[in-house]
Amino acid sequence: MNAAVLDGRRLALHRRRKRVNAVALTLALAAMAFGVFWLVWILVETVRLGIGGLSLQLFTVSTPAPLAEVGGLANAIVGSLIMVSLATALGTPIGVLAGIYLTEYGQRGWLGRSTGFINDILLSAPSIVIGLFIYSVVVARAKSFSAVAGALALALIVIPVVIRSTATMLALVPPALREAAYALGTPKWKVTLAVTLKASRSGVITGVLLALARVAGETAPLLFTALSNQFFTTDLGEPMASLPVTIFKFAMSPYENWQKLAWAGVLLITMGVLALNIAARVLFRNKH
Amino acid sequence: MAATLPVTPYDGDEQPDAMERATPRGEPPTRRRRAPWADTLFSALSHGAALLTLGLLVAIIASLVVGAAPAIREFGLGFLWSKDWDPVQEKFGGLVMIYGTLMTSFIALLIAVPVSFGIAMFLTELSPKWLKRPLGVTIELLAAVPSIVYGMWGLLVFGPLLASWVQAPLQAAFGGVPLLGALFSGPPVGIGLLSAGIILAIMIIPFIAATMRDVFEVTPAMLKESAYGLGSTTWEVVWRVVLPYTKTGVVGGIMLGLGRALGETMAVTFVIGNFNQLDSLSLFQAANSIPSALANEFAEAGEGLHQASLIYLGLVLFFITFVVLSFSRLLLMRLKRGEGRHS
Repeated sequence: MNAAVLDGRRLALHRRRKRVNAVALTLALAAMAFGVFWLVWILVETVRLGIGGLSLQLFTVSTPAPLAEVGGLANAIVGSLIMVSLATALGTPIGVLAGIYLTEYGQRGWLGRSTGFINDILLSAPSIVIGLFIYSVVVARAKSFSAVAGALALALIVIPVVIRSTATMLALVPPALREAAYALGTPKWKVTLAVTLKASRSGVITGVLLALARVAGETAPLLFTALSNQFFTTDLGEPMASLPVTIFKFAMSPYENWQKLAWAGVLLITMGVLALNIAARVLFRNKH
Repeated sequence: MAATLPVTPYDGDEQPDAMERATPRGEPPTRRRRAPWADTLFSALSHGAALLTLGLLVAIIASLVVGAAPAIREFGLGFLWSKDWDPVQEKFGGLVMIYGTLMTSFIALLIAVPVSFGIAMFLTELSPKWLKRPLGVTIELLAAVPSIVYGMWGLLVFGPLLASWVQAPLQAAFGGVPLLGALFSGPPVGIGLLSAGIILAIMIIPFIAATMRDVFEVTPAMLKESAYGLGSTTWEVVWRVVLPYTKTGVVGGIMLGLGRALGETMAVTFVIGNFNQLDSLSLFQAANSIPSALANEFAEAGEGLHQASLIYLGLVLFFITFVVLSFSRLLLMRLKRGEGRHS
């Protein structure tokens, strides 16, 4: 075989490899564009269809009857605020404490390892199953749907998120910082609270904000715990409306005024959740 | 003595022990019996919180098993492959919902895996540095959009477009072909397994892409540079060096996405049509999945066999996602351990 043929083959191979590479890189670029495209499309449609429903009434008037002239989402917004804050208030301390356990106490023990493992599974567990669980331990016993049950279900979703972020953030604190505090004779609880946790404060708050954003949009666990309520209520023992469940109910309905409110609700919730996410990222970035 | 004081310096005689037991994290050499009450209390609280998390899992499983018991006694494992779902005659089987759940997740993976791979490759190898962060955040925000938004958008915006631009042409093109014709039969109205699968794909792309990007980034720069030094193209580096090095992590990320897709409720409920049928293979027919059956029927189901059967479905769903997510976690952990070994 002469050199010219060999060269030709090498060149052909080279050209083929370059072609494959070019195709692959183009496809990667296309995939990236594909991902961004959906977010942009969803946001644009949400704004386009939701903006018409925005008005002061949305925040002051409760959900209307089908085909009624006036109506807002006041009861749903307040209900969501109440249940989400209750859930965060309940879930955060437990999540932070368990996160502390994972990094500060249970690094090697069976409890630490299995909690970390189980927590990562609970993090992605179907939220509707959490609703089933709260239904059978709270709602079925009390024989009534209630806002408390809804808040509990949401709290069970907050906990794993906060545990994971707290544990990750605490693990980033350099051991030398802890050692310095121990060397001064500080007991462990104080080192953890006043040094380790304080050093990773912004990270932990970021985690709580992300948990907040996650439960604010959760619908499934509320469907058979808090149910819904067409009237305004702040009674925790009664069924309570929430923004996502109301959107679900209204979106599936054939009534035009309900659908319009549903789109306005979708706009509110999307903006709220994205704002929380961006705030969490900005906060975290400024401190690190 | 110091037992009631919150702040107690360590006794001098504890020091040698301290040196022996000091850990790399710099944990203090406390002996439990000498710990002041505050330490004991704090440790008990955080132990308690950790145990609570473990207890939660056990409690969820237990409550599902107890709730499903009547249906388990009545139908046994046959529930899994019976497609009757008749609340009036109290005959229940979960095959339709189980098939719907698995099929939609399968379609979602089919779309999401290559796209996520492309995104991860773009973010790690191609993107200019200043674009990396904004693009990464954009993809992560896609994961933050509440599922109800996907659902409503899917039903009212995406579904109709899918029907006229994708489903109808597909039907026209493949209507006569034996297997494909069956898959693409049925009314092209933008509701059913295909739309649910596509929307699930959009929802899980961020999870898979973010995990892939993170594992791609742990590939030692030296490995990649050696390959580049030998004249490899970018594609060859990613396909033959980065991917083999990170394959456990990549599979872990895919499993994570699958776990998400299986349990997704709202987005699927909106677009799957909630119709219990398994008479045709069609991807365009309205169908049902476990989470949407629960979302639609549970609150109205009276106590008794109907409710128990729904809880049985929940148990099946939890079991499947539990297995998938455990598998994902184990693979990702293996990659992490391997990382220490290689570097």
